[in-house]
Amino acid sequence: MPESLSFGIDPITAHAWNKDRTKLAISPNSPEVHIYHFQRGEWKLEEILKEHDLKVTGIDWAPNTNRIVTCSADRNAYVWTQSEEKKWKPTLVLLRINRAATCVRWSPLENKFAVGSGARLISVCYFEKENDWWVSKHIKKPIRSTVTCLDWHPNDVLLAAGSTDFKVRVFSAYIKEIEDRPVSTSWGSKMPLGLMMAEFSNSTNGAGGWVHSVNFSSSGDRIAWVGHDSSISVADASKGMAVSVIRTDFLPFLACLWVSENRLIAAGHGCCPMLFEVNETGKVQFAGKLDASLKKESSGVSAMKKFQSLDRQARTETNDTSLGTLHQNAITSVCLHTGNKANATKFSTAGVDGLLAIWDFNNLESAMRGLKFN
Amino acid sequence: MAKNTSSSAFRKIDVDQYNEDNYKEDDCGESQSPPVGPDEKEITNFINQGKNIEALKTVLRNAPISSRNQMVKDAALNVVMQVLLSVKSSQIEEAVNALDRDHLDILMKYIYRGFETPSEGSSGQLLAWHEKVHAVAGVGCIVRVLTDKKRV
Repeated sequence: MPESLSFGIDPITAHAWNKDRTKLAISPNSPEVHIYHFQRGEWKLEEILKEHDLKVTGIDWAPNTNRIVTCSADRNAYVWTQSEEKKWKPTLVLLRINRAATCVRWSPLENKFAVGSGARLISVCYFEKENDWWVSKHIKKPIRSTVTCLDWHPNDVLLAAGSTDFKVRVFSAYIKEIEDRPVSTSWGSKMPLGLMMAEFSNSTNGAGGWVHSVNFSSSGDRIAWVGHDSSISVADASKGMAVSVIRTDFLPFLACLWVSENRLIAAGHGCCPMLFEVNETGKVQFAGKLDASLKKESSGVSAMKKFQSLDRQARTETNDTSLGTLHQNAITSVCLHTGNKANATKFSTAGVDGLLAIWDFNNLESAMRGLKFN
Repeated sequence: MAKNTSSSAFRKIDVDQYNEDNYKEDDCGESQSPPVGPDEKEITNFINQGKNIEALKTVLRNAPISSRNQMVKDAALNVVMQVLLSVKSSQIEEAVNALDRDHLDILMKYIYRGFETPSEGSSGQLLAWHEKVHAVAGVGCIVRVLTDKKRV
């Protein structure tokens, strides 16, 4: 059974772990960020970060530099650093956007972060030592609508962005002030800031749905994205930008995460994390549901109860007020817990039901016989 | 702004319309869907010969989803309704199993459009179709009816 932590009745809009997974930052659908610390076998609320005026839409915790970045609907982002007294101190970042920020991600080397917004642009922010403040550069063209999700390529330069204009784009976020020229990758060789390296439409007929989440694989050659048309797609730059799509039978996914070079997790409105696999030809296939929990059977389910229920309410189901999955409402975010994108053993999901669950592949393996985990 | 005149009319201004970068729906390229829709005579022939499943496949293959012409779409809708209502309840499952995923999505779109304009006994028949398509294609199919901008 996956480990689950309940944080009350408020939905968890975003969550992030620190490096050794002893601390957790979550936002309970409010302008606050709660930091929890795992001490003596239980999670205790350590601090509440109150700086944003409107709902916090994204949190990311840089593992090595131990900084938290939060972005909010109030068009701001703050970088939080821990002082000697172990209190978190915010630094305002001027994003120069005139609409809400929607998502934020530290780059792999944690020297910059990218913020997506409703202003149809991505702000790539880096720290300028001379003036001791965070500066932002914009990536605007050709984004036509709100940027909903971001993910960095392992080379620290390329950035994938999904948007409500039904497209997924890979941009270069190369900041010449703080880094050297990047070497060429399968996405291209020249990478000036703001250059669009690739663009994918979320549907073959030019329709599809909003892109909810985008994720680079550990090698950086593949990106996966999920859309509101219940589809999941994988594009492979090493195979000439070939795209493989499945339009699934499930409710739309809101988050996706690679757990190995060929396997990814997707979770969303269906309240259940699903496993997908990419085979040798590059085709993505459904590999199984990861939530094997059965509906809670109350101790007195008997023939008598069924008849009573049938007589009074004309139905044989005795308990249909709770879902058959661990999460009782949509899963909004998925994070790596143990391992890395090339080989993950645990991942965490947080949902609208205020629950945070940690899923362990080792336990799930025995529950799902017939699936090979290499 | 509101305190001065107690008017909140400023809230109704669309500030985005002056921005040239707006997402315009026409920018999606035209796809290969034929703009004329299925041939009515051909379909009527199929129905008269009892080849209902063939008729269904043909109307779905030629569905004018990319067309901007509302009359073409309405004409196609009528043809599809004829086919759907002509298939006997016992044959619906067989017909649904003969279709692939893309066609099932288009079929579900027509089922919902059919619900919009009910005629005598049509909704009951459409509900039977809905149940069978849902059993095969799941909720994802219904989600795609709601999210797909290419309406039928």
